[in-house]
Amino acid sequence: MGRSIFDKIWDAHVVCQRMDGRDLLFIDRHITHELHAPHAFKKLKAAGRKVRRPDITFSALDHTPASTPGRDDNTNPQSKPFLDAVRAASRENGVRVFDLDDADYGISHVVGPEIGMVLPGATHAVPDSHACTVGGLGALAFGCGTTELEHVLATQVMALVRPKRMRVHLEGKIGALASAKDVALKILSQIGVSGGRGHIIEFAGPVARALSIEGRLTLCNLTIEMGSRSGLVAPDDKTFDWLYGRPWAPKGAMWDRALAHWRTLPSDEDAIFEREVTVDCHGLQPQITWGTDPAQVIEVNGHAPNPADLPAEQRGAIERALDYMGLQAGQPLVGLPVHRIFIGSCTNARLPDLQEAAEIVRGQHVAQGVVALVSAGSARVKREAEAIGVDKVFRDAGFIWGESACSMCAGANGDRGEAGERILSTTNRNFENRQGRGVRTHLVGPALAAAAAIAGKIVDVPKMKAGE
Amino acid sequence: MKAFTRIMGTAIPFLEDDVNTDQIAPMGAGARMSEDYAQTLFQHRRHSADGAEIPDFVFNQPQFRTGAMLISGRNFGCGSSRESAVWTFLAIGVTCIITRSFADMYRENCLQNGILPITLPDAQADQLEAAVVAANGAAPFAVDLVSQEIKGPHGLRIAFDISPADRARLLEGLDDIGLTLKHKAEIEAFEKKMAQHIPWSQRADASSL
Repeated sequence: MGRSIFDKIWDAHVVCQRMDGRDLLFIDRHITHELHAPHAFKKLKAAGRKVRRPDITFSALDHTPASTPGRDDNTNPQSKPFLDAVRAASRENGVRVFDLDDADYGISHVVGPEIGMVLPGATHAVPDSHACTVGGLGALAFGCGTTELEHVLATQVMALVRPKRMRVHLEGKIGALASAKDVALKILSQIGVSGGRGHIIEFAGPVARALSIEGRLTLCNLTIEMGSRSGLVAPDDKTFDWLYGRPWAPKGAMWDRALAHWRTLPSDEDAIFEREVTVDCHGLQPQITWGTDPAQVIEVNGHAPNPADLPAEQRGAIERALDYMGLQAGQPLVGLPVHRIFIGSCTNARLPDLQEAAEIVRGQHVAQGVVALVSAGSARVKREAEAIGVDKVFRDAGFIWGESACSMCAGANGDRGEAGERILSTTNRNFENRQGRGVRTHLVGPALAAAAAIAGKIVDVPKMKAGE
Repeated sequence: MKAFTRIMGTAIPFLEDDVNTDQIAPMGAGARMSEDYAQTLFQHRRHSADGAEIPDFVFNQPQFRTGAMLISGRNFGCGSSRESAVWTFLAIGVTCIITRSFADMYRENCLQNGILPITLPDAQADQLEAAVVAANGAAPFAVDLVSQEIKGPHGLRIAFDISPADRARLLEGLDDIGLTLKHKAEIEAFEKKMAQHIPWSQRADASSL
């Protein structure tokens, strides 16, 4: 019987079955972060335990530092205790920290792939639900809680019940103005926020193949929003070309050996999936969320739903979302004034995302009264953008060119909006109050966020591009 | 971890679907190292913008400020992996959460903290919800993990399923890390095997191996 890429990676990493029937899955790469790691390190120490594999364990400092240009430990005063706790515990355990001044600083889900730390066929754990991002390289990643984090620190394995397999076929050719984010939002609109629950999703089909590696990372990033703990895209020549020469990727003869192994990873033709879904992406246009969960998605030139058109049992939740978002039933989104724009996060802050937004912004200026922030996904992305003048495009247009951090995505660093503000955000969650109390978040791709910053309102990018 | 056998007390009805962890445990004005988790619980939904309590919000009603169990809808606990979304319930005494379904990571975080996560099929969930709403905190409910039964007023009895492994772990309050470390020799052998078979997986740095 054929095996899927998930089966191949899982089977290759099962150490043994624990007495309670769970598989002990070896974790090849583990990155903690300062928001959750202090509690776990503290409990580890209290139990008299040490980090089992400090050589493959790392600490990121991504959730709490300010994004203010030129920031330090104290720019966000609430950050300092988190940073110091992780630095001390990491030093004690011999774990490398990607500190604020490190050339490899950044959001863990961005840094892992870009330095070649996370590789195809590898297992990866982060105490953050967006660990699944690295599935874009064909790695199997699991977000975890604080207690599970302590477990990985102490044992280098996760104790898991084998999930089921789901395949999402992405058919067609997306429109020229759509990006990976729009593909992910389209999938969400079709399968909902619990469509992948209990499953690992493999994204397949011509759209997955055509996406750049950065695009695949964006797509897999949103797997958790589909209810699935992890998702991946099988690696191909594009993946290998992207990884070749990255600082931590295998070199020389070891590269050849790794490559031969990676080529065996894609799912066999007769692989079994418990669930298969097809999403027609042909001619896909830019998408936007209208509501308060990431599956409440429409085309940008579409209308918010009208509860009267829906079955009675669905009306309450829709009415509540419309009310929170300050929308009337059936209202178009185009034309709504925006107050803030955020381009950043593990979802959409790799170099091509910033370039895509910069192309829209070039030579124009942010509308009066709009606060627009760009926060690169890592120090490397920021350097590379600066080397080709992308930073200048944004700064000339009146954007804040911030430091790299998770920033406004979760607001844990104090970057938040004010009540009633409408924000177009390239992030992953539009939940009530996530980006600030009473803040109205619309999830979009980088191009739409950039266009709205210039116009000061939600705009129909296709029409804008056509000069209408 | 504290063992779970049986509990009795108030059942809190929070009958919404897709309740996410940003709602359960919001980050407020930014992350803080030490938190009062009872205060954090649904902080934004409990208060209006001026900070005043919203009296009819479930967790503000006098009979539901603490409780033994929570009843909720589908896909409970979706969103982030933050374990504080479990600790907030422990802080008000809730050690059993009964839903129509859980988000995967949230369910795992419950198990890791000795909270019993129960999933009921629609017919039983409808029955329980009706009884919990009718009781309105005035009559107690009981959950027994030994007999796998929920009991309530007027002779209500609902059986529930749970995997034998999860049940045993909760009943015994087993230390998960201790359980895994019984397999230390196998982990060491696995690392040696991988160092031979997939050597690049066992090193993470800029070396050429």
